Amino acid sequence: MTGPFGTEEVQLVTGWGRTAATAAKHLAPETSDDVRKALLHSEGHVIPRGLGRSYGDTAQSAGGTVVDCTGLDAVRLVDVAGGKVTVAAGVSLDALMRTLVPLGLFVPVTPGTRHVTVGGAIASDIHGKNHHHDGSFCDYVESMVLDLPDGRRLHLTPEDDAFWATAGGLGLTGVVVEATLRMRPITTSSMVVDSWRAADLDACMADLEASDAAHRYSVAWIDCLATGARLGRSVITCGDHAEVDDLAPRQRSHPLAFDPHSLLQAPQVAPPGLMNRATVRAFNEVWFRKAPRRRHRSVERISTYFHPLDGVRGWNRLYGPRGFLQHQSLVPFGQEEALRSIIERLAASGCASFLAVLKRFGPANAGHLSFPMPGWTLALDLPIGPPALGPMLDALDELVVAAGGRVYLAKDSRMKAELVPQMYPRLESWRAVQRELDPGGRLRSDQSQRLQLLP
Amino acid sequence: MIDALGNPQSALVLGGGSDIAVATLEQMAARRLRRVVLAGRNEGSLASAATRVEAAGCDQVATVHFDAVDAAGHDAAISDLFSQHGGFDLVLVAFGVLGDQGQAEVDGDEALRIVQTNFTGAATAMLAASRSLVAQGHGTIVLLSSVAGERARRSNYVYGSSKAGADALAQGLGDALHGSGVHVMIVRPGFVRSKMTEGMAPAPMSAQPAEVASAIVRGLEKRAEVVYVPSKLRYVFAVLRHLPRPIFRRLPL
Ligand SMILES: Cc1cc2nc3c(=O)[nH]c(=O)nc-3n(C[C@H](O)[C@H](O)[C@H](O)COP(=O)(O)OP(=O)(O)OC[C@H]3O[C@@H](n4cnc5c(N)ncnc54)[C@H](O)[C@@H]3O)c2cc1C
Ligand SMILES: NC(=O)c1ccc[n+]([C@@H]2O[C@H](COP(=O)([O-])OP(=O)(O)OC[C@H]3O[C@@H](n4cnc5c(N)ncnc54)[C@H](OP(=O)(O)O)[C@@H]3O)[C@@H](O)[C@H]2O)c1
Repeated sequence: MTGPFGTEEVQLVTGWGRTAATAAKHLAPETSDDVRKALLHSEGHVIPRGLGRSYGDTAQSAGGTVVDCTGLDAVRLVDVAGGKVTVAAGVSLDALMRTLVPLGLFVPVTPGTRHVTVGGAIASDIHGKNHHHDGSFCDYVESMVLDLPDGRRLHLTPEDDAFWATAGGLGLTGVVVEATLRMRPITTSSMVVDSWRAADLDACMADLEASDAAHRYSVAWIDCLATGARLGRSVITCGDHAEVDDLAPRQRSHPLAFDPHSLLQAPQVAPPGLMNRATVRAFNEVWFRKAPRRRHRSVERISTYFHPLDGVRGWNRLYGPRGFLQHQSLVPFGQEEALRSIIERLAASGCASFLAVLKRFGPANAGHLSFPMPGWTLALDLPIGPPALGPMLDALDELVVAAGGRVYLAKDSRMKAELVPQMYPRLESWRAVQRELDPGGRLRSDQSQRLQLLP
Repeated sequence: MIDALGNPQSALVLGGGSDIAVATLEQMAARRLRRVVLAGRNEGSLASAATRVEAAGCDQVATVHFDAVDAAGHDAAISDLFSQHGGFDLVLVAFGVLGDQGQAEVDGDEALRIVQTNFTGAATAMLAASRSLVAQGHGTIVLLSSVAGERARRSNYVYGSSKAGADALAQGLGDALHGSGVHVMIVRPGFVRSKMTEGMAPAPMSAQPAEVASAIVRGLEKRAEVVYVPSKLRYVFAVLRHLPRPIFRRLPL
C-alpha cells in the first residue's frame, strides 16, 4: 500500500536474533520531510528503525508504527581535507566505507558488521575494537538533526543535553534524520594485525591489558566451552591501520581499494538445533588450533579484520526458527573475579556460546544510557533452546550488577526490568530529557515497554 | 511484552481459579510475570488463586467476574478487560468442566453445560481475545485442551468432543493468525490431579499441575504449537487415534 508518506503496511518485525516478533505499521520515508509528516500524522506510538542489527526488540513497536529510516540514504557533504561528512541517518556504514575509504577516510568506530545505519549507530552509541583508544561512535558526531513526534526539528551539538540523551537513547528521543561525523584519515584500506593464542583467562586478560597502549584495535575471542585449566583459552587479535609501506608491493599502487562482497548466502531455512553444543565445540576447537601459537603478524583487509561475519549473508538464520540472543555485559576494572565467575558459569551451564568476545573499554562519554565505561566487556551469542538458558542468564545479570557493571541494551532481549536503574544510574536524568523531547509519550518500543524505560 | 525466551509479563486468565492455571502463573512469576487478571465465576476460588499468585511474586493481581457460559457477552467483556488493563501478553483459556457423562446421556441440561462451557465458551473467548491481541500487534493464546479430545472415548465422549471442538478451533485460529504477531499454543494434558479430578482414581501417566505448568513455560520458550503433558502422550495418542474402531471400543479407557 502507498500512503501519503511512502509505503505503508503492517509487518511482522524482529531484531537480528529473530525472537519475539511483533506486528506494526511500517512507514518508509525517503526524505526528512516525509519523516516529519509520518511523525505528525501517524497515530499511536512510534519507533525509528535502521537496518535491524540490534539483536532484540529495541527497533520494533507492537501495534504502533515503525519508521524505517533506511530510505534516508543521501551522503550530503564530504569534506575530505577536513575529514568530515554530513549524511542522512539511514546511510549505512557499509555505504559510507564504500564511498569514503577510497578517499582515505574511515569510519571512526565500526561494530562487527558494516550493515548498521548512522541513526542506529547513534541510538546505540556503538563501540568498536578501538574503544580503549578512541571512545564510542557519538564521540565523533559533531552535530545532528533530530525530528520530534510533535513536529519540532532540533539541531543538536555535544553542548546540548538532548544530544547526550539521544546518544545511546535507543530511538526513544526522536528520529535522527541527519548527522555530521568526524572521520579517521587512513592511507590504506588494510590493517596490520597481530594474532596469537592465550592458554587461559589470566593470560588472555594480561595480554589484552599489555597490548592496549600499543594498538588502536584489540579484542580476544574466547572458547567458552573450555573448562578447568583451559578456562578462557582464547585468540587475541590486535590491529592498526597499515601504512603504504606495510603493503605487499603489488598492492601499493591501489592502497585504498575497498570492495568487500559476501561470498556465501546462509540457507533460508536452517533446521532447529544446528548450532548445538557439539557443533560449536567442534568449531571452537578447529578455530583455536588454526590460530598461531605465538604472535604472528599479517596484513588483512579492513573487511576481513572488522567484519568477518558479513561474508555470510543472513547468517542469523543459521540459528534456526527459534532464533538466538546476544548477552553483552561489562564489569568495571578490578572486578576480574566477576568476569571469571561469568565465564565459569557459562562453561558449566551446557549452553553453547558460538564465540565469545572479550574486550577492554576506555573512559565513558556523557551519553546518559551509553553502554561503555572503563572495564571488561564480554559478548556471548547463544541459541534459544536449552532449558538452562534463561535461569543462567538471570544469574549472569546478578553477577554483573553485583560487580557494578551493566548489560548492553542494544543487544538485550530478555533482561529483568528491575535491573536497569542499577545498571544505568543516569536513567532518571535521561527520562527527564526524554519527557521534554516527547511530552506526548508517542515514542515507545517493545524494549522500552518490556524494561519499563519510560514509566 | 514477551521476551526472547517466551516469558510474558502480563496475563489474563479465563477460568482464573483453575489449579493448572495457578501453577502456571506461579512458575511464570518466578520469571517475568508481574501483572495478572484472574477472571472467573467463583469468588472464593479466585481469591485463593490471587493469594497464591501474589505470594509467587506478581505485584499486580486483580480478579474479575467472568462466566464462560455467557458466550454472548465475551466480546464486550474481553475487549473491556484489554482496554482497562492496557493489554495482555498472554491469554490463558483455562476454564472447563468435566461434567458427568452418565448424567449427560440422560439429561440434556448437563450435556449443554459441558458443551457450552468447553466448546462454545472457549470458541467465543478465544476469538474475542484474538481480536484484541491482533490490535496490539503481539501476544499468545494458550488453550488448555485435553488428550480426551484426540479421540472421543465411550467413558467421556461429551467432555472429549467438547474439548476436541475447542482444540480444532484453536488450530484453525493459530493458522489464521500466522504472521499477525499473535501465537496460539494448544496444551493437551492427560489426567491431572486437580480440583477437576478430585476423588477420581488417577489414570496411568497422571501428572501434577506443576508439570503442566513447566511444559507450558517451556512450550512458550520454543514457540510450540501443541504441547502434550506428559510429552510421551503424543505417541500414545498417535497410536490410539489410529486403532480400528472395534478394538478401540473394547479398550478400558
Ligand atoms: C554481527 C553484529 C555485530 C555487532 N557488533 C557490534 C559491536 O561491535 N559494537 C556495538 O556497539 N554494536 C554491535 N552490534 C550492534 C549494532 O551495532 C547496533 O545494534 C546498532 O544500533 C544497529 O544499527 P541498525 O541501523 O541496524 O539499527 P536498528 O537495529 O534498526 O535499531 C537500533 C536502535 O536504533 C534506533 N534507531 C535506528 N535508526 C534511528 C534513527 N534514524 N534515529 C533515531 N534512532 C534510530 C532504533 O530505534 C533502535 O533503538 C552488532 C550487531 C551485529 C548483528
Ligand atoms: N485435570 C485434568 O485431568 C485435566 C486434563 C486435561 C485437561 N484439563 C483442562 O484443564 C483446564 C483446567 O482444569 P484444572 O485441572 O485446573 O481444573 P479446575 O481447577 O477445576 O479448573 C477449572 C476451572 O474452570 C472454571 N470454570 C468452570 N466453568 C466455568 C464457567 N462457566 N465460567 C468461568 N469459569 C468456569 C472453574 O471455576 P470454579 O472455580 O468456579 O469451579 C475452575 O476454576 C480445563 O479446561 C480442563 O478441561 C484438565
